[in-house]
Amino acid sequence: MLKQIEGSRAVAEAVAACRPQVICAYPITPQTHIVEALGALVKSGELNASFMNVESEFAAMSAVIGASAAGARAYTATASQGLLYMSEAVYNAAGLGLPVVMTVANRAIGAPINIWNDHSDAMSQRDAGWIQLYAETNQEAADLHVQAFRIAEVLSNPVMVCMDGFLLTHASERVDLPSQGQVDAFLPHYEPRQVLDPADPVSIGAMVGPEAFTEVRYLAAERMRQALGLIPTVAASFAGQFGRPTGGLVRPYRTEDAELIVVALGSVLGTIKDAVDELRDDGIRAGALGITTFRPFPVQAVREALDGASATTTGRPRRLVVIERALAPGSDGIVTADLRAALSAPDGRPPHPRATIISTVVAGLGGRAVTRKSLLAMLASAARGDLLPFSFLDLRPDLIEAELARMRAARRSGPSAENMLRDLSATAPGALG
Amino acid sequence: MPYERIKFYQTGSFAAGNRLLPEDLHSIQSSEARANALTCGHRACQGCGEALGARYALDAVMRATKGKLIAVNATGCLEVFSTPFPETSWQIAWLHSLFGNAPAVASGVAAALKAMGRTDVRVVAQGGDGGTVDIGMACLSGMFERDDDVFYICYDNQAYMNTGVQRSGATPPAARTATTPAVGPEPGNNFGQGKNVPLIAMAHEIPYVATATVADLRDLEYKATRAMDFHGARYLHILVPCPLGWGSSPADTIKVARLATESGLFPVFEAEAGQVTGATPIRRRVPVTDYLRLQARYAHLFRPEERTDVIARIQASADRNIARFGLLNDHKTSHPERVRLAPAPHHDSAEAR
Amino acid sequence: MFQVRFHGRGGQGVVTAAELLASAAFREDRYAQAFPSFGSERMGAPVTSFCRIDDRPIRTHEPVTDPDVLLIQDPTLLHQADLFAGLKPGGYVLLNSTRSFGELGLAEFAARRDSDRLRTLPAANLAMAHLGRPLPGAPMLGGLAALTGVVGLDAVLAAIAERFTGKVAAGNAVAARAAFEFVAAEQATEQPKEKADA
Repeated sequence: MLKQIEGSRAVAEAVAACRPQVICAYPITPQTHIVEALGALVKSGELNASFMNVESEFAAMSAVIGASAAGARAYTATASQGLLYMSEAVYNAAGLGLPVVMTVANRAIGAPINIWNDHSDAMSQRDAGWIQLYAETNQEAADLHVQAFRIAEVLSNPVMVCMDGFLLTHASERVDLPSQGQVDAFLPHYEPRQVLDPADPVSIGAMVGPEAFTEVRYLAAERMRQALGLIPTVAASFAGQFGRPTGGLVRPYRTEDAELIVVALGSVLGTIKDAVDELRDDGIRAGALGITTFRPFPVQAVREALDGASATTTGRPRRLVVIERALAPGSDGIVTADLRAALSAPDGRPPHPRATIISTVVAGLGGRAVTRKSLLAMLASAARGDLLPFSFLDLRPDLIEAELARMRAARRSGPSAENMLRDLSATAPGALG
Repeated sequence: MPYERIKFYQTGSFAAGNRLLPEDLHSIQSSEARANALTCGHRACQGCGEALGARYALDAVMRATKGKLIAVNATGCLEVFSTPFPETSWQIAWLHSLFGNAPAVASGVAAALKAMGRTDVRVVAQGGDGGTVDIGMACLSGMFERDDDVFYICYDNQAYMNTGVQRSGATPPAARTATTPAVGPEPGNNFGQGKNVPLIAMAHEIPYVATATVADLRDLEYKATRAMDFHGARYLHILVPCPLGWGSSPADTIKVARLATESGLFPVFEAEAGQVTGATPIRRRVPVTDYLRLQARYAHLFRPEERTDVIARIQASADRNIARFGLLNDHKTSHPERVRLAPAPHHDSAEAR
Repeated sequence: MFQVRFHGRGGQGVVTAAELLASAAFREDRYAQAFPSFGSERMGAPVTSFCRIDDRPIRTHEPVTDPDVLLIQDPTLLHQADLFAGLKPGGYVLLNSTRSFGELGLAEFAARRDSDRLRTLPAANLAMAHLGRPLPGAPMLGGLAALTGVVGLDAVLAAIAERFTGKVAAGNAVAARAAFEFVAAEQATEQPKEKADA
């Protein structure tokens, strides 16, 4: 049913339609509207589930682990600091092979404390063994949760659905909400592969030593490999039933003959597509590649999408610009690293015929807006060939210079964040809130 | 014909299978029908108090729930020695997640059972003192505050034993541990009093709180059984000496536990909704030194010279317990009568959830 | 694409107003996107919200930097920040006030713009009269409908009816209609004027 609805509410409605049996809630901006909406549905009797108000995110994931092990479909949501606080349990859920689904309303990790959107939270857990899906729109955010439960339960592997905090969670957009009947037809009853049943007791969570640990972990990698096949199948099944393309591994946009391709995750793809269209109007063969499934990293799908951008006769190198919505200090790009590995993956196929130049652009950290104007300027630079291999979009060098000067002048230069904020308010031209 | 009347007195402990006791006072362990929830083959040390306590407690709960039980275990000695891959000693549905989250995981299991309409299945969470009083405290308090339908059992050996005897929030004053070594002018644990979790549990006013030791296994069985009469959050704190960590003889485990209670250092009591409902009186009071001398973790209080100041402080805390719980008062609730394994009067704190 | 920017203070329903506008556009079968400028919520702090309306799906998620319309719900913000930044040439401004642009110290600004695109509207007064609370959002939307025609009054009223219930819905609806008629009347009496030289 078509609705004009806030992203968080759309997700809550979609999750509710999946008939979760245990929902754990601990508040953190910007996911609170999701669990609040679910709580209201439970309290009013519209959703028959146990709704637990837990005392921390660590408790939230722990309770979800217990619930799932007991055979219930379990769900929780978090962001940023909360995801870090439950990190031990996040790894535990994946290691135990429990099919829990969690929404991560992407938000920056402090210090400095910041409530706005970037991908550093989910990226910090990329090695935990969870499947990670990134929504481009609120429609996709709602739909991905429905697909997530199915993927998780088939594989016995937890799934994290990432949606940009505020930009998606707090934006009211048009969403076609899946109906209960549609979801029931798509998502079968949860049949656990392992369950705590007094009638058939098993021990779950044993210690595993060197003699078998590698094999247990191999199976985790194997689940990820299976996910690469399952995710497109589930997406196709979803498209068949719901009538719209959502999810899957990657989403190419005008890449078929593109010389300049922007690679990105999440809602920034919308702004990027507007920029791509404008470049095309100006005669630049631009395209975009959205990565919907980040873990497992879809090596083959990425190669195929970028191979589709066929060679031109001009002999000009193909340029890829990777938009990073998170910073890994000390390394030159998180998504970039996976992309480079994918493009050089040894799979027996001949190396790519044309030289590819990859530039990394760190953009939108801590909620700084990624604007079409800035993207266009940056992409023009890429097209000209003068974009640095690694750069920050819309950096304020003046703020940095001032702080570096302070640090050179005195040992006790004070907290950098505080100093820069003072500079910022001194120079700000009565900016809008 | 002349005859002499001879009275037979029951002496010795109420050990398993004492034929002179009526059936309903037999220990659960004496029954062939016992669950053996924690069966043989585990890797616990010789004389391990925790293995003993866990066996008694869980079989009692299994009997009370007619086998419809799910157990959640924190990381620690019990979890490690009972499940060395690929074997497990558990014959019940058992889940181990992390060190600090057993109460939360158990709450999740309880929520799932409720959502699935399986109110016949009950939940036990268990952990050592480390997982309970320190790293698990937030989750435990949350479980108490929500009154989740979980029975939590803490096996208290007063240090992080599994990782090599490091101090925990339950380590008593002056005790030697690997991180409070017996060196320097104030050897041993020279700060902190040991967190009193039973009192913290009572402060949450949960339906049932009790303490027990492995010196009185019948009492332990009684309390584990009693706890299952209630719904909501319940807490049982069991003192379980660790020969390795305490430096006591494996043969002395039960004796050391008895001295802990008879000195007043470990009060044995029950409470409901935050009010003490009964305490086990001390039968033959002993000075704390009788208890301390059996453990190498207190050896530095006696050699090279006797630390009368420290011992006096320990004695004072025992005196406070005795006063606080009335452990030397003349109680009507004498010990054997209270050990009642037949179904007790129904004492649900609320309607069954 | 039509872009609207709302300015007000926390507690005045700035975010709700943007959502109502989006809802109204949805009812007219158009695509709409509404979102606040996000920050820690405090009563009385400046709040900005945005609404985009288009006949095609709206893909971008950047803030609205060049609005077609500014709805200023709280005139006390006027000289504290540059509320007019990015307003398109020919853009509209609807300002909640009983005073004129000149009386508000905006004569110079007004001189550079088409006068039939700048309106003040006693939205708070209308809200007080019909709703009993100084929440100017609904009347501002009624005024917006009359000023720009980007949505119809019926759509605005339907959005209000869906969002609110009982007396609140009724009061907001009456205020919105009153505002619509107020602005419509002003638009009708306005003679097309030459834009004054700056």
